[in-house]
Amino acid sequence: MGLFSLTRRNMLIAGAVVMFTVLAVRLIYLQLIDDTLKLSADNNALRYETLYPPRGQILDRNGRVIVGNMNIFDIMVTPADVREFDTLELCRILQMDTSEMFKSFRYYKKYRSRIGYQTLIFRKNVPAEEYTLFIETKSRYPGFSGAPRTKRKYEYNAGGNLLGYVTEVDESFLSSHPDYRSGDYVGRTGIEEVCENELKGEKGCRIYLRDSRNIIKDHYMDGANDVPAVPGENVITTIDAELQSYGEYLMKNKVGSIVAIEPSSGEILTMVSSPGIDVDVLGDIGKYYSELNSDPFRPLFNRAVMSTQPPGSVFKLVNGLIALQEGVITPETRFSCSNGYHIGKLTVGCHSHYSPIDFRTSIMMSCNAYFCAAFRRILDNPRYPSIDSSFTRWREYVQSFGFGVKLGSDFPSEKSSSVPSVKTYNRMYGKGRWNSVSCISLSIGQGEMGCTPLHLANLAAIIANRGFYHIPHIIRHHKDAETDAFFAGKHYCMVDPVHFEPVIDGMWKAVNAGQGLGGTAPIAHVDGLEICGKTGTAENPHGDTHSVFVCFAPRENPRIAVAVYMENAGFGGTWAAPVASLMVEKYLRGEEPLSPEREELERRMAESNLLHKNPASKKYVKSPNAKK
Amino acid sequence: MNFRQKIKHIGWLPVFCWLFLAVFGWLNIYSSVYTDDMTGIFSFSVKSGNQFLWIMMGMAAAFLILFVIPPRIYTSLAWVFYVSVIILLVLVLIVGKEVNGAKSWMILGPVSMQPSEISKLTTSLLLSTIMGSYGFRLSDWNSFFKALAVVLVPVALIALEPDMGTILVYCSLAFVFYREGMSGWIIMFVLLCVLLFIVTLKYSACSALLVLTAVMGVVHSLESRRFIRTLWPYVIFVALFSFFPRLYGSGLLTFLNFMAPEYWILPVSVIFMAIMSRIKRRDRRMRMPRYLILSFICSVALIFSVQHIFDEILQQHHRDRIENLLGISQDLKGAGYNVHQSEIAIGSGGLFGKGYLNGTQTKFNFVPEQSTDFIFCTIGEEWGLAGSLAVLTAFLLIIISVIKTAEKQRDAVFRIYGYCIASVFFMHVFVNVGMTIGIMPVVGIPLPFMSYGGSSFLSFTVLLFIFLRMDLERWA
Repeated sequence: MGLFSLTRRNMLIAGAVVMFTVLAVRLIYLQLIDDTLKLSADNNALRYETLYPPRGQILDRNGRVIVGNMNIFDIMVTPADVREFDTLELCRILQMDTSEMFKSFRYYKKYRSRIGYQTLIFRKNVPAEEYTLFIETKSRYPGFSGAPRTKRKYEYNAGGNLLGYVTEVDESFLSSHPDYRSGDYVGRTGIEEVCENELKGEKGCRIYLRDSRNIIKDHYMDGANDVPAVPGENVITTIDAELQSYGEYLMKNKVGSIVAIEPSSGEILTMVSSPGIDVDVLGDIGKYYSELNSDPFRPLFNRAVMSTQPPGSVFKLVNGLIALQEGVITPETRFSCSNGYHIGKLTVGCHSHYSPIDFRTSIMMSCNAYFCAAFRRILDNPRYPSIDSSFTRWREYVQSFGFGVKLGSDFPSEKSSSVPSVKTYNRMYGKGRWNSVSCISLSIGQGEMGCTPLHLANLAAIIANRGFYHIPHIIRHHKDAETDAFFAGKHYCMVDPVHFEPVIDGMWKAVNAGQGLGGTAPIAHVDGLEICGKTGTAENPHGDTHSVFVCFAPRENPRIAVAVYMENAGFGGTWAAPVASLMVEKYLRGEEPLSPEREELERRMAESNLLHKNPASKKYVKSPNAKK
Repeated sequence: MNFRQKIKHIGWLPVFCWLFLAVFGWLNIYSSVYTDDMTGIFSFSVKSGNQFLWIMMGMAAAFLILFVIPPRIYTSLAWVFYVSVIILLVLVLIVGKEVNGAKSWMILGPVSMQPSEISKLTTSLLLSTIMGSYGFRLSDWNSFFKALAVVLVPVALIALEPDMGTILVYCSLAFVFYREGMSGWIIMFVLLCVLLFIVTLKYSACSALLVLTAVMGVVHSLESRRFIRTLWPYVIFVALFSFFPRLYGSGLLTFLNFMAPEYWILPVSVIFMAIMSRIKRRDRRMRMPRYLILSFICSVALIFSVQHIFDEILQQHHRDRIENLLGISQDLKGAGYNVHQSEIAIGSGGLFGKGYLNGTQTKFNFVPEQSTDFIFCTIGEEWGLAGSLAVLTAFLLIIISVIKTAEKQRDAVFRIYGYCIASVFFMHVFVNVGMTIGIMPVVGIPLPFMSYGGSSFLSFTVLLFIFLRMDLERWA
């Protein structure tokens, strides 16, 4: 046999050498080439105890702490190490029921193979006094240990939707964020989410050697490789904490939102969404989450940036400015109004007032007919060959006011508003089969458009600035100068500053003209504050009209622009205007006491409960005013 | 022969290797059980202390064997030793203590031992006595079966315990038979069977049949004196039919689906080989030898019974370990735990290891049985590739030197005994190290001289030194 020509002795020696070579090759592979095994070995033997950094604080524009931290304590247990102990004594210290404790231990017993030598949380959020008692007697309870950690502490009732909450990361979050580990906490929604990178700090770790039973044997290299935790940075927001909590107070038991902006900088002073998440609930949101989620008033929904609603008469300001800019009207142009605007079979109703009126008066009185006429002049302007082009032009104007786009603020989950385009009407009526009458509702901010309260506040800021805005934002100093520069940039709308004066005149009159002259919001008048405002009463298919008010003050060098949107509350002048004026007064006058009438108004606003007017309420009764 | 002559002629290389392995093993046993509050390497409260005692006893035994006991005793009393160990093997089945599912431990007061460890020695002694006796010829059926029976009796008793590892070690005695004239084809055939078993389990009976055809082709070509001319039809056949299972599954050949693919491949390859062997009529140089046909039939029988053997005859833990080894299933917490942890430990060692007593894996009990069957992990982790290769080299030196010395013996008994112990050492080392690095299934057999345990250390030492004493007879 050719293959076996070697002597048998040599065959056997060769065989042994070959087989040992196989072993050697495999050893070389395992020990020199395959790196994954070294990693597994470290994971096996080193236990990384994570040191969680305290989260950064959230400060308001004046340096007041809105969200801070407090120490809380968890009691941990390693079931495998538990020996006989005085259960009654421990129950007394931790103020828990014996049945509760037995329930836990039945669970540990049932799943003992799965639990193995793991350490589990035995009791969460133990107060400091109980914790001290426990630590003193800890040696009597083998297997139990204490673990301090920090929890969010809320100094102001600043509203859960604005602040956001901190929660343990879940599966879906982990799968999209590889830099987080199970057990980490992360800020969700609101400022906590915006500033997650600054607030979270850097985790540290302490490295121990452990054996196969997970028992700590040694401090690895005496801590040479330990990494200390870096506390999260504090974040300075643009929020005024006092104003914010005042807004929350006024909006209690009402559905709607308040947004206040400092016009000169675009800084958001207040962002209230009501009903919101109470700060008492915010710390343990996990416990209440399903309850909040099933609440008919949707408290998790941040109305201030997410709820797109028709702006109502407030939008007349925009149309008026466009008409002036386009030159189709002058401030002196008068239109007559006979309880509404009539064309063919169509009637856009209006309240009774003298007629005809000029531009300033039309804003003061919020005359529907005036703006219907003005709007038709914009669209039927002979300068443009067709309604398509004039409408597109109009839309460009509207978009330059921030409508129809996402403003691009640094606040998460901001919604865009909607402004119809030529396409919208082509789809609805067919190409060439619609005209300025078809979209007449847009003249008074109804119909096929919607915007968020943030957009309305931004509108107030544009008017206050006479023609430009800064993108509203909530963080004072961003991590990178680029972002700060971005928010410092001015965005001009397509209307010249000169056209703003008549509009502001009208707004001033609406508030300050005095009772009986037909102004829509005399209730918002505060002596010396020079508030300029515009009411809106937005019709909607869901129930009573929405009460809307935008304003800014003072008239010259405005310091605050406010938008108040109260769903299904009624007239703009009845609810939104007083709330807005109270906000302005609070901001501009600070702690100064209110006049007796104003105090009465404040009390009435704060104590009124309008929830029953919302169709989501169980007690909802359809108001006779509500449109079908 | 006096003391000085003996000292002069002793095979010092295996003695030094033995000493190195024993001491190195002892140090690593200490490391594997080491904790910070240890009393010391000599303390009898820990395993290293006991192992030191065994090493001392082993040295004493070696001294007695080399300088006191006349070597002829082993051959003349081989039967006595053999029968008494057989009695022990029977007894252990009745009164033995069950450890890890095998009834292999005999406890006599303070001493506990494994008769199967000693049986390797006695069986080797009797086997070499019989095979080396005058008039013994392996080609004679009578003699052959006599030798085979000597091996099979203890194997049968150990199989009842059951101790798969030791049976595997007994299989290595096939090398002795090979040296003494048994056809090498039998060993090749056993290896082929293992290969076919693995391929059938891991892939399919189809693939196994194609592998078999390929092997047949290679051997056929080697046998005929026209290598290329015989081989190429086989290559084409196997290449073509390797696509068959995929075609079969693709739905193009639905008319064949009433029969499983392996039942199609079998007749086709049989016909093919029949044609190949018919060529011999015209060209005598390409005839197919009869033993090849016999092997083919046996292999086909094996392939079709693999699933049955695997499911019905093997026990669950064997199935788990084999599946884990072949990567059919991966259960890192269960059957695969030992091997996985062991690979991690060895792999983390790198080139020079983490240093003595610094192993994190073996020290903290991640690897079970680390002082006994998995002692090689400690070496791999703390001494790295350098230490592992040193150990393997020492073993290889012992094996090669034993084989070479065996060939020099004038007495056939001594020669055969030498081959016996070389085979036993080889199998122990290969299987033990192989299982710690994941290329052999986990069977509980110790690493000679290194694993913790008295009966294993002493029996290996005696096994080796009896041969060294026999070797001295050349100068008598």
